[in-house]
Amino acid sequence: MTLDNNNPANGSKEAQELLRRPPSALYRWLGDRIFAVVVVMLGMSIIALAAGMAIVLYGEGSAALRQFGFLGFVTGTTWDPAVQLVFGAFPFLFGTVVTSVAALLISFFPAIGVAIFTAEYAPRWLSAIIDNLIQLIAAVPSVVIGIWGIFVLAPWMRDNVYLPIFTWAETSYPALLPILGNPMGYGLATATIVLSLMIVPFTTALAKDAIKSVPVAQREASRALGATKWEVIRMAVLPYARGGILAGAILSLGRAIGETMAVAMLIGNKNTLPFSIFGAGATMPSVIVNEFREAVETLHLSSLMAVGFTLFIIALIVNLAAAYLTRKFSIKGGQVV
Amino acid sequence: MKTLLQRNIRDRIMESLLVLSTIVVLLPLIIILVHVVLNGISALNWDFFTQELGSPSRAMQGRPTGLVHTIIGTVVIDFLALFLAVPIGMGAGIMLSEFPDHKLNPTLRIMNDTLNGMPAILKGLLAFVLIVKPMGTFSGLAGAVALAFVMIPIIARTTESALMSIPWSIREAGLAIGLPRWRVVLSTVMPAARFGLVTGTLIAFARAAGEAAPLLFTSFGNNYLPNHWLGMLLGPVDTLPQRLYSLAISPYSHWHSMGWAAAIVLLVFVIFCFATARYLTRQKH
Repeated sequence: MTLDNNNPANGSKEAQELLRRPPSALYRWLGDRIFAVVVVMLGMSIIALAAGMAIVLYGEGSAALRQFGFLGFVTGTTWDPAVQLVFGAFPFLFGTVVTSVAALLISFFPAIGVAIFTAEYAPRWLSAIIDNLIQLIAAVPSVVIGIWGIFVLAPWMRDNVYLPIFTWAETSYPALLPILGNPMGYGLATATIVLSLMIVPFTTALAKDAIKSVPVAQREASRALGATKWEVIRMAVLPYARGGILAGAILSLGRAIGETMAVAMLIGNKNTLPFSIFGAGATMPSVIVNEFREAVETLHLSSLMAVGFTLFIIALIVNLAAAYLTRKFSIKGGQVV
Repeated sequence: MKTLLQRNIRDRIMESLLVLSTIVVLLPLIIILVHVVLNGISALNWDFFTQELGSPSRAMQGRPTGLVHTIIGTVVIDFLALFLAVPIGMGAGIMLSEFPDHKLNPTLRIMNDTLNGMPAILKGLLAFVLIVKPMGTFSGLAGAVALAFVMIPIIARTTESALMSIPWSIREAGLAIGLPRWRVVLSTVMPAARFGLVTGTLIAFARAAGEAAPLLFTSFGNNYLPNHWLGMLLGPVDTLPQRLYSLAISPYSHWHSMGWAAAIVLLVFVIFCFATARYLTRQKH
């Protein structure tokens, strides 16, 4: 690679050509107009796409939303596509919220721990390796994690965790059994565990960025006051970085809400409440995946679109909250694309 | 008041907790990678890359089956999606970076981030309504459009940051020697930002290549290679992530091991894209 190539103002033959033969006014004027129009139209197509998604999902789901009313649809607990043709999305809404929030709670502290460790403790080479591996977690396709969950994690968890707890509860606390549910391996608990692994990179990336952006003087000041390394982090660094940490957590929540394939493969797919900890459940994306290809009734199809619309609204709220926080605390970069 | 010893012990405990949490997070990843390789490597043979899948009985009778139609379908759909997504994504990125005063930019930025954060399955539903419904059939084209919806916001965002990293002095130099604005962008700014642009496109490509959710009800899946090349666009087409899902939830053990092999191929492909993107990012600096 030569220096010329790195400096386009040098390397552009067209530029040198133009110097010799200045372009006509028409070429400049027309070219700039056309370029601006094309670029703005391409940009506007993204706006149209985002707006179109809301309109299309609402339009396609309107039959179901009209029949049950939006609130009736969201709070309805019966989802019966076969006999009564009654559709209420509450079980899926519940499943999505429970799995996502639980996954966030499980993954939050380890994820922050990784961020602190790579930013403050690890030597540069180790930090680079860990960074790449964390990014790799986000890169592994959801279906690959799903197939691992089906054949490795779920059976292992059933034999080594769920069954022992279940048999213990059976003899000691039979009252717990309905809460624990059927320990078949595929259910809310397994889906939540997988989900909590998958959202770690999003929390870690933003948290690490926020921690790195804390001024060195802040650390040195508390170091000079005699604080231990952990006290520096706890009292000088983390309070300063809390905006980025919060934004990362909200962003992770958004990813957890939308995560589809791994959850659909592991949650066991049960459409009726009550859900139990080990037992099967469903989330909004998982029910769309499982039923959309087989939906024949118009109302069923429309109800699945209405589930999609509800998912859109929730994802929108969470994303706007994350965007507001990143802007408020002016966090740049650190995103997992 | 805590003694110095107590504080130092606490310091040590927290440090080991941080190390522990790093291990806890990374261990599952290593276990997943090891399991995928161990379980899939045996099914990754010549037939896998040369034969069609066919019906389940084909595998049970011991006749050769493979996923050649899936691999071809994936390549066609992914590149078609890239072809659709690059102009729109880069156009939006250029608008954000080169026309910073445009009135629509704040809206565009919010809409783009929103679109990026939307679950991929909703992009599949959108492509279903826009393409599959009017066409009356599941098609590779619909799958490509759905994947393009996944790629577009990523390309737009990475293009914006790649172009923004080019100093304004380069644009001013171009304008000073009499280049029109569009030539400044296309002939000086974009070539200067080429590493960033390629990196962003690769990341978008890899991200979309791993998505199964948008393809389930757009390109749908197909156990055979389409008879005619047009069937790739106008009929149901198989893709790796969606086939992997179907194989994993199927009741046939032969298909399960084929699913693991598909997981290796998908993983290697995606990791290759991300590693290349990382390498290029390092080149830039």
